[in-house]
Formats: sequence, structure tokens, C-alpha cells
Amino acid sequence: MSFRIVVLAKQVPDTRNVGKDAMKADGTVNRAALPAIFNPEDLNALELALQMKDEIENAEVIVLTMGPFRAAEIIREAMYRGADKGYLITDRKFAGSDTLATSYALSLAVKKLFPCDVVIAGRQAIDGDTAQVGPQTAEKLNIPQITYAEELVNITKEHVTIKRRLERGIEIVKSTFPVMITVHSSAPDCRPRHAKLTLKYKHARTLSELQDEDNDYIALRDSRPYLNIQEWTVADLNADDAWLGLGGSPTKVKKIDNVVLTHKEASVLSSSDEDINLLMQELIASHVIG
Amino acid sequence: MENFFSDNPALKHHLTHPLMKHIIDLKERNYVEKDQYDYAPVDFEDAMDSYEKVMEIIGEICGEVLAPNAEANDHEGPQLINNEVIYAKGTQESYQKLVDAGVYGMAMPRRYGGLNFSIVPYVMAAEMVSRADAGFSNIWGLQDCAETILEFGDEAQKEKFITRVCKGETMAMDLTEPDAGSDLQAVQLKATLNENGEWRLNGVKRFITNGDAHIALVLARSEEGTKDARGLSLFIYDRNDKAVKIRRIENKLGIKGSPTCELVFEDAPAVLVGSRKMGLIKYVMSLMNGARLGVGAQSVGIADAAYREAIKYAQEREQFGRPIIQFPAVYEMLTIMRIKTEATRALLYETSRAVDIYKAWDAISEERKLEKEEREEQKKYSKKADILTPILKLMSSEYCNQNTYDAIQVFGGTGYMKDFPVERLYRDARITSIYEGTSQLQVVAAIKGVGSGLISNIIKEYEETPIPEELIRLRERLMTLTQQYDEVSGYAQALQNTDAWDFLGRRIVEIAGNIIMGYLLIFDAARNDYFVNSAEIFIKKIESENSDKSAYILNFKVNDLALYQINDQEITQ
Repeated sequence: MSFRIVVLAKQVPDTRNVGKDAMKADGTVNRAALPAIFNPEDLNALELALQMKDEIENAEVIVLTMGPFRAAEIIREAMYRGADKGYLITDRKFAGSDTLATSYALSLAVKKLFPCDVVIAGRQAIDGDTAQVGPQTAEKLNIPQITYAEELVNITKEHVTIKRRLERGIEIVKSTFPVMITVHSSAPDCRPRHAKLTLKYKHARTLSELQDEDNDYIALRDSRPYLNIQEWTVADLNADDAWLGLGGSPTKVKKIDNVVLTHKEASVLSSSDEDINLLMQELIASHVIG
Repeated sequence: MENFFSDNPALKHHLTHPLMKHIIDLKERNYVEKDQYDYAPVDFEDAMDSYEKVMEIIGEICGEVLAPNAEANDHEGPQLINNEVIYAKGTQESYQKLVDAGVYGMAMPRRYGGLNFSIVPYVMAAEMVSRADAGFSNIWGLQDCAETILEFGDEAQKEKFITRVCKGETMAMDLTEPDAGSDLQAVQLKATLNENGEWRLNGVKRFITNGDAHIALVLARSEEGTKDARGLSLFIYDRNDKAVKIRRIENKLGIKGSPTCELVFEDAPAVLVGSRKMGLIKYVMSLMNGARLGVGAQSVGIADAAYREAIKYAQEREQFGRPIIQFPAVYEMLTIMRIKTEATRALLYETSRAVDIYKAWDAISEERKLEKEEREEQKKYSKKADILTPILKLMSSEYCNQNTYDAIQVFGGTGYMKDFPVERLYRDARITSIYEGTSQLQVVAAIKGVGSGLISNIIKEYEETPIPEELIRLRERLMTLTQQYDEVSGYAQALQNTDAWDFLGRRIVEIAGNIIMGYLLIFDAARNDYFVNSAEIFIKKIESENSDKSAYILNFKVNDLALYQINDQEITQ
């Protein structure tokens, strides 16, 4: 029997290098001005998944992503690095989902792929920083979870041993399968895109993408089924509309502030003994040192 | 995300040259391999797209991994531990990333695990790697040796060694010895057949780049009692045989991340490549041409890196109340740096395309007899590559040295400190005009093209190439320079003195090289307006340079040689 690893990955706006157009006047993220990228910690998760695949015979890595049509790019990116295939969960009804609605949809999609052994995702996405989707998905699937994974210590067909990175140290934990793992950014970087895999999968498209582009390689798809990326809609997941999208999302954003940090007072000190003495006294008085 | 391919539009410009259609069609033979390999292209557009995709992968690794590692690799360098070369930590990481990306052996045929790419993207990868970390670029670039096995090895050797190179095993070319540097005819390392008919190597090799490579090509004297090139053969040594002692790693001025080793072969098993006695005469000549193209790529990469460092600093550095880039003396220097990079890059890819075409015909000729026209094309491009390669090696390595010199100048005192990468680039650049044949030896190779008229033929062909109306004024200026070239080369030949010919050779070759690069920039301008300015400036620059050199040549008399000759008396004084 094959060993199935499901990676949950998200396409996010690149909030790491924000220019001045990054935010709209109303304080929401201007997605058009930011390049769409593979969420960084999801790449760490993909790497751990691929390491598991390297260790276990007949293992397969499947990528699940939820998002608009263009999020299919994430699935191709993952296949270029060694994932076997992927599914794009896409439907207008998903729009506006918070973490609860997202994890509901993801858990249904994972169930479609059952039996699977490992579900793995980045700890959090850089556009929200909630770190809730992984744990919520595990709860809905009713499987154990290992969060903050940093290193794959060991894996066999029966157990996985993971090193967790915690605020005040590390923890080594062992679990049976199935298990949900969320991965911390201190885990190894993802391997690069592999040239041959990139050339093999570069024509992979979803049906929606094909409708939108003038594609010369449609004929190839009949002889090479792996070039067809499947899309799953609400209907495919048998999801309950009430739990989806805005309606299924109890999180309400009350207000978004654009915070500009300013220093209120500043004093310039020279390197004279006198000034250094003053500084030391101030630091001792404020209990920074001493 | 730093990406050395996408941040440099000139690379895509050269990658998409119109001649690529012909080159790829020749390499892919009706795209027959598409059904056999899932990564083979189905048509020309698909192949070009694949080239770009792989260049993006390498560009990203260069920007994100190689370049950030370069400084530490320079400081740390490789170590010799238990007769094994251990690369610096960053070198190991850079190497592993490129192995993981599956890009080693990209120009090798698919049946041995390669991507069957043309030479152009392969050279482009070398340029990007060199811009990122020139020391590492040697370890990467020596995979070029696989080309020699592909061309001259037997099937068993190809299957054994090329497949390993495509998986990332590194290579070395073991040619130089203590008494055989530029003059490889003097190689002494002995190859003898033992009683089982197997070759054994004994002797010393020196200055061997990546001396502890997995697979090495070794030039050795197989014919006892001979003293010249005809007694030398080429062998493959496999490191798994553990029969070479690494005596030391040299302490060098630059490219310090690259281990340069002294090796002692102790009854080392080896296999013969091709035929006996053809080692230097045929195989090493071919190997050297590949290596020189590689140094061309390395030089352009370093020259570009120096320019980028300098322009960044010149924008930030303020003196007299404004950024120094606003001062004419500084921006003139910077623009000339850019033009030198662009001119030699144009020559780099022109040479690569010529190599691509004739090698593609070579490969086809192994499967079927070539038609007359096909043979003519093969010959034409083979000759063109033979002439352009030494001109490229000469001009690019000299320009690269000049660019790193000027980069430090732009930085001023700060550049002289070890705090910025320009000092490393300056040291790294220095070797490019020395190894794989010094600049002086490139002149010896290139000057043959002056005497034979081959260079004139190339220039003639460029002259007749259709260009847009608005560029004709630039071509006319090059035609004037060509008349000047004819005059001075004719004058030098008429002196009928070989010493005078050698004495004037460098200037004559540089005059010709300048004209060739001028044309190539015009062709670039014909495809992309960006290069109009480059061509204009470059032609201005060479007009004054070529006049200067021409005046020197036309003022030269054979008797002048005596003025320069250094006699024993002077030496002892």
C-alpha cells in the first residue's frame, strides 16, 4: 500500500518586500501590487514532505491549495520540486473565508484523499499570521497534530519522529499515522525546482486556466494525464454552503489601522566620558541593565 | 528573490537570438525524443521555453545561494584533510543546490541523463554562476570536460562517466606540470601499459583546478622516448581508484574558493580516450577551446558583477553634496564598464552559437553522411569558432580585469579595504587573462585568422548582413575602421619578418576584435533599441583606440625590434 502525504499550501501576496503601493487607502492589502508567491512556511512543509517521500518506498506527495484560478501556479511549483500531483480547491463560494471556513473546506478535501498518512502545512501564512488553519483542520479530521515542526528526525511506515521548535527549547515527539504536522520557518529550506521535473510539468494546467489562455499544447494533455491539474468545487467536496465563505466565517475585521511607528524623543550623545556616564545612569535607572 | 537571469534582460536577448531556431532544430532532429523523455521539447517554442525555465532556476540559485556564499568562500577556502579536498562550507552548499536542481550536464544528450541543451544556455549558466561566485564557477565549469568524452570517448566511457557528470560529479583537466605550462608539449607524466594491457599513470601534475574531482582527464606521455606532442595521449582517471596523492592546495591571489592542487599519480589506473598520440594534437585542443569559451563566460560574469557593484556604490556615495555618479569623470567610467561588458557578452554568445552549429553537425555526421551544403556550414562555423574563441578569451579577460580595476576606482579608498566585494572581484579577475592560455597565446592563435583572411571574411559577412536604415551610419564608421585594419595588417605582413609579426600581433588582433564587437553591438541594436546607445559609445571608443594602434603599427620598422630587445648586459646591470 502506498504512503500518502498531503501538503496544504497557499498562494500569498509577498508581504516581505512591501513597496508604497502595498496597502490600499482603506487599509486592506493591495494584492495587485504584490507578487503572488508560495507561502514561505508551506515551502518548508513541502520540503519535509519530500524528505518523507525520499525515506519511504512508494510514498506520494499530493498538494492541496485553495484559492483563485491563478493559485494553480502553486501546484506546478510544488511539482517542479518533487510533488506528484495536486488539486486546486476553487469556487466563488469560498471567497471571504476566514480560518474556520478554510479549514472546513480543506478538511473535506483531505477526506476525499483518505486514507492518507500525513497532512502537512506551514505553521502560518504571511498574509494573515494566524497559525490556526493547520490545527483547525486536524481537529475537524479528528487526527493528532504536531505543530512547530523543525526537523524530520525519523520516519518509518509506522511512526514519524519530529523535532519541534518552541519558544524556550525543543521537543522531540513521535506519532503514529495519520497525523497533522505544521512546519516552522526554522525547518530546512525547500529544495530548488528540478530542471527535468520543471520541463516535465511546465504545461500542466487546470481546465479554468486553459479556457483563459491561448495554449498550444492541448493535444499533449490527452497522452499525458499528469498535465491535467484537477479542480474541486463546493459540489465536488459535498460542502455545506452555510459553513463556507463570508457566511461561514465568524471572524469579523472591525478595523484596520495603518500604524506608522515614530520615536517621540531622541537625544544625541557623543562618545565623551561624560555622555557615556549619563547614558549608563539612564539605563540603570530604567532597569535595562544592572 | 534575487534572480541573476530575470534581473539581466541582456541574457534573454541573447538567448532568443534568431539563429537559435536553426541551432535547436539541429539539436532536436525533428523533436524525435519527445515520446521517449517526458522532459524533451515537442517543438521549437517549447524548447526555448524550457531553456528559459532552466535559466530561471539557475538564476535564482545564483542570486539566492551562490552570491551570498561568495565572500565566505573566498575567506574560508578549501582544505586538504586526509588526502581529500574539503570545499568551504558555502561552496558545498552552492554545489549541492545545483546538483539538487538537476542542471549538471545540461548540454549532454538525454540518453546519458542530460537535457540536450545547446551551448548557448550552458554558457549563459556559466556567466551567471561567475557573476555570483567566480571561484565556484571553476568547479561548476569543469563539467565541460564531459564534452571531450562525448566527442572522443567510446560508448562504454560515455555511459560510465557522462551519466555520472549529469548526476553532479565534478571534473578536472590535469594538463599542467611544473615544467609544462603554456608549453604542453613538454608534459612528462608517464602512461604505461601493464602486463594485463591496462594503462597506469605515474608522475606529477601542478596547478590543477579542482584537482580532487570525481573524474579527471589526464594528459600523459604514452610513447616512451618521445619528447614532443606526438608522444602524448589523453586518459580518464576515476577518483574511486584512489591512486592519486594530493600534495598541496595552492595559496592563490584570487578564485580562492576553487582548490588548485598539486597531484602525484602513483600507478594510477586510467583509460585511454580515443587514439594514442592524439592527446594534445586533437583532444586537448578541443578541450582547450571549450575551456576558453568558459573563461570568456567567467570574464563577462565578473565584469558584470564589478559594474553592478560600482554603479550601486556611485549612486549611494555622496561627495561635494551630490552622488558621485553625477560627476562626468565617474559616469564616463561606469558607462565604459557597461559597454565593455555588453561588447564581450555579444562576442561570447556569437562564439557560442558558432560552436553550437558546428558541433551539432558533428553529432549528426556520426549518424549519417552530411550533404555538401551541410558540410560547408559545418566547416564555416567551425572555422568561425576557432577564430572567435581566442579573440573572445583575449578581449573578455582583459576587459574583466579593467572593469574590476575601475570598480575599485569608483569606490575610492573604500574599495581598497576588504569590506566590499570589489577587492575580491579584482583578485578573481586577475587569473582570467592567464589560465587556459595567456592573452599572449590567444594572440598567437587569433593572428592566424589575420594571415589567412578568415577574420576579413567574418567582417565581410557582417558588413553584408542587412540592418535597419537608422544603423547604417554606424556601419559606415566600422567600414572605415575595416579599411584601416586592412591597411595595417597589410603593412605588418609586408614587413616579412616573423618577429615583427609577433611584436605587432596583439595590436592587430585587438583592432580586428574591436571591429567584430562593434558589428555585434549593431546587430544587438537591430533587435533591441536599448543597444543603440551601446553600439554608438563602443564605436566611438574603438575609433580612437584603433587609430592609436594603427599609428603605432604604421610607424614601426623591423629595426625597431632591436630597441626593445633586452640583452644580457642590461639584465646584469
